[in-house]
Amino acid sequence: MDLLLADTWQPIRLTLELAAITTVLLMFVGTPVAWWLARSRAWWKEGVATVVSLPLVLPPTVLGFYLLVALGPNALGGLVGPLFGLRTLAFTFEGLVIGSVFYSMPFVVQPIRNAFEAMGDRPLEVAATLRASPLRAFWTVAVPLARPGFLTGAVLGFAHTVGEFGVVLMIGGNIPGETKVLSVAIYDFVETAQWREAHILAGGMVVFAFAVILTMTLIEKRAARAGA
Amino acid sequence: MKTMKLMAAALGLAAALFAGTAFAAQTNVAVAANFTEAAKEIAAAFKAKTGHEAILSFGASGQFYTQITQDAPFQIMLSADDERPKKLVEDGLAVADSRFTYAIGKLVLWSKTDGFVKGEETLKGGNFAKISIANPTAAPYGAAPIEAMKALKVYDALQPKIVQGNSIAQAFQFVDTGNAELGFVALSQVINVTAGSRWTVPQDLYTLIRQDAVLLKKGADNEAAKAFMTFLKGPEARAVIEKFGYAFGASS
Repeated sequence: MDLLLADTWQPIRLTLELAAITTVLLMFVGTPVAWWLARSRAWWKEGVATVVSLPLVLPPTVLGFYLLVALGPNALGGLVGPLFGLRTLAFTFEGLVIGSVFYSMPFVVQPIRNAFEAMGDRPLEVAATLRASPLRAFWTVAVPLARPGFLTGAVLGFAHTVGEFGVVLMIGGNIPGETKVLSVAIYDFVETAQWREAHILAGGMVVFAFAVILTMTLIEKRAARAGA
Repeated sequence: MKTMKLMAAALGLAAALFAGTAFAAQTNVAVAANFTEAAKEIAAAFKAKTGHEAILSFGASGQFYTQITQDAPFQIMLSADDERPKKLVEDGLAVADSRFTYAIGKLVLWSKTDGFVKGEETLKGGNFAKISIANPTAAPYGAAPIEAMKALKVYDALQPKIVQGNSIAQAFQFVDTGNAELGFVALSQVINVTAGSRWTVPQDLYTLIRQDAVLLKKGADNEAAKAFMTFLKGPEARAVIEKFGYAFGASS
């Protein structure tokens, strides 16, 4: 018995791909940002932190609207798109990745920043007295110490991208295999009264969300115990 | 003494305001996205004539259907098709003999670029990256372009270029923001737009888009809802409907 139609699997795979790529990108982009926010003494750094956190408060429609315009042929999409033979970056998987990076950034930067801050100056000072270069100290001291922060950031970033809906709806164009992610597929099933499929996918999401939050809690508990 | 007078005046004012609203009833109307502009004008004329207020919600017909089956507080549905009103009657959620066709929609291929859309040869040439349509499973204005493209034997070639808006409003918006070069929209959406280029898709390429209105059970006893259904068949509504490029349905 086929529990799911083939066109139900596609959104699931696509969603996982999108979340995985976004999470990896955010690790690269988010770590230096978090590091800078944790260590810098610049008076304007909280301004930057606030900008990073904006998607927490803004409705996804705001981000979706700006992205639709920004990815369009009269803006960024018109500049970058032609390099890939595209007119616009909207309606593409790449466009969704760009949107997701902005949308999920605070969920990755925040925990990593907190972990760097909780570590304090001392470990790095010790590393310096042992003549470790700053870069080496970062990799061998700071990153391992901040590991729970990285884990939390990765899990939250991944989960939040999976849960994205409004932005995708506005810039995706609902293209199967390209931009039709899980949340949009569920919306479609509900709208066309295919409730069996909607139930299966929605139920799966509930289980997924439960597992994510439980995992998070367990990671934090273990980190707290290790730190004590 | 002065405060007493003031209070009396305020009370009188409040009473007058309250009385003013007490006679006029309200009704909640779910309106298919393509009919947005026309519905706003009709609601304004309706209020001017009867004093009743029609509170309009705009969206995809499929979405409204699902919401109504889940007890949404709508009293009237102006659908973009005749299927869903029919189903609502069958489901026992709408008043059986209240259903009628208020408008017949027309499909237009539209681009913001002057001279871009010339006719069916634009589709056959396929000289574009993205063509936007409304979600064909949720909106009849999305199903019609598929029929038309199939009739012109260009569907297989164009299929990879199709992007779907959640409603016909979003299909329009994708073209309007330039993200799609062209798209199938409702004539009513571009009737007041002078810029760009367009081709009215011949009626023989797609099934007649009969847009039906139906009085929902929730509105069966509502004065304003019943008045709105009557108003929608009348000459004032007809003028608006035709102005927006629909064929008037109630007479046919």
